Amino acid sequence: MHMADALVSPAVGGTLWAASAALTFYSARAVRRQAREALIPLMGVMGAFVFAAQMINVAIPGTGSSGHLGGGLMLAILLGPQAAFLVMASILAVQALFFADGGLLALGCNIFNLGFFGAFVAYPLVYRPVAGDGASAKRCSLAALLASIVALQLGALGVVIETVASGITELRFSTFALLMQPIHLAVGVIEGLATAAVIAFVRRARPEVLLVVPWPVSRGSNRLLFGGLLAATLLVGGVLSWFASSHPDGLEWSIFKLTGGEELALPDDSLHQQLASLQERSAVLPDYSFQSAEAEAEADEAQAWPAVSAGTTVSGMVGGALTLCLACAIGFILRWQGSSRRAAG
Amino acid sequence: MRAESRWLELGQMDDAARMDSAVHRLDPRAKILVTLAFLVVVMSFSRYTLSALTPLLFYPLVLIALSRVPLLPLARKLVWAAPFALLVGAFNPLFDREPMLHLGGWTISGGWISFANIGIRFILTVSAALVLIATTGMHRLCAGMERLAVPRVLVAQMLFLYRYLFVVSGEGSRMVRAAQLRAGASALSLRVYGTLVGMLLLRSLDRAERVHQAMLARGFEGSLRRLDAHSFGWREAAFVLGWLSFFAVARVWNLATLLGSAAMRAGG
Repeated sequence: MHMADALVSPAVGGTLWAASAALTFYSARAVRRQAREALIPLMGVMGAFVFAAQMINVAIPGTGSSGHLGGGLMLAILLGPQAAFLVMASILAVQALFFADGGLLALGCNIFNLGFFGAFVAYPLVYRPVAGDGASAKRCSLAALLASIVALQLGALGVVIETVASGITELRFSTFALLMQPIHLAVGVIEGLATAAVIAFVRRARPEVLLVVPWPVSRGSNRLLFGGLLAATLLVGGVLSWFASSHPDGLEWSIFKLTGGEELALPDDSLHQQLASLQERSAVLPDYSFQSAEAEAEADEAQAWPAVSAGTTVSGMVGGALTLCLACAIGFILRWQGSSRRAAG
Repeated sequence: MRAESRWLELGQMDDAARMDSAVHRLDPRAKILVTLAFLVVVMSFSRYTLSALTPLLFYPLVLIALSRVPLLPLARKLVWAAPFALLVGAFNPLFDREPMLHLGGWTISGGWISFANIGIRFILTVSAALVLIATTGMHRLCAGMERLAVPRVLVAQMLFLYRYLFVVSGEGSRMVRAAQLRAGASALSLRVYGTLVGMLLLRSLDRAERVHQAMLARGFEGSLRRLDAHSFGWREAAFVLGWLSFFAVARVWNLATLLGSAAMRAGG
């Protein structure tokens, strides 16, 4: 469920970074205001606990496969939503940095998908109402199951929307959603059962642990704040990605559409012409289909569209291969120099 | 067991970060900023770009070379992380069948080009992030983040998480091994799982309590202090400006094609 950098466009990544950063600042302030000194080491060790718990597999009854805890909901139950969000953010950052699970540009997306929905949607809006005052063990288990399913469904939907809005894959929204949502329904059920099992054990062994969590302060205003934040994020994300993401050179693209491409009159100015010819020469491996169409139309009016000039393509490939060799060679030379200098010194 | 080999690799990253080189000595802020700029530049290319992306490989390769961090652990992580990105990208050749490229007798569809493009971007972005952590290490990275206005609570959280990662997961894997020796199954049944993970949770809570007591005994009053001697000097400025201008040049001009056509002209 971790999104990789290679699938996220800068517009989508940036939008979700902004949303996650805003949530991080809000959560950090809220945690500081709660002024529970013991919370800081508690959060740290709980983060490590979730990391460890993610590596312990639970068997899925009736099948040969296994699943594990996601941790977001568990953290919210134990620490409260704001602290849980910060812990999830730190876990995802460490996973991105050390294990290449998800990337740095996609970190905002991952924090939002895996942290926000669990801590700020599923916990206050599903777990709390269903679990009630926490007196009934059955209701707590049911609440964990439902909240976990909701969190996973929203998170998976987030992945689908962000991936489609990034426009890097060819996946249609409906195809990808039909693929992701059922899988994450199953994952949500497993996570819910695992969370419920752990909560049930803790209730029996040491019930006071589950009581120390303070209720979210002034829940009405929180809900309003997050509703607004969510709406703003979706709006900004939608608008930005409309302009920018599926065609990263959105401006260039819309200019082409507006002016009808080659009719765009260049100022009769030698610098402009030089730049234009430089750009023509440098645009080789077809960036967008219409660019190659444009080049073809200019080069040879009569030729049909798909015949991309092979010569320029080949020079692109030769150049790419040469660049790779050069990069590797420079790498080895620098390394060799460094080690010989070290040996000499 | 996959989990244990993962911890081994975490240790390798730590070893790499403890090495000493010009790249290691740079202020972490400079490396964070250049890494983020690199990611944005890589991802801003269109999805049918291949050759123009290749010059950007210089960045991770030069940094790896200059810092002399071992290549193998980084490459192994790259391979491990690959499946999800490639799986999602693998739909491109299925859905995008428009011919884009003629090469000899072969016609290559846009889907295959964009699939290859995802592969290249994946290598670039993941290796940049790995190089950042391998040459900086968690402590210096967190210090740099704090000076870049990341909330202190989050920075403290990351340092704590990193500190107790090894301890708690060591405890967890010992408990799992004990359970496996007695029951023999690689995945635990739901009831055993609840008890085992719940037990791990209670032990972790106890540990957090002891850690807090120890911190109070040493005068902790709510925030961690950082000890870093880094400053943003001319080396850092040169590092940032140099790489940013390289990224800009590589973004505007297709360096690979320029080189390729020059080479072909020279070759006749």
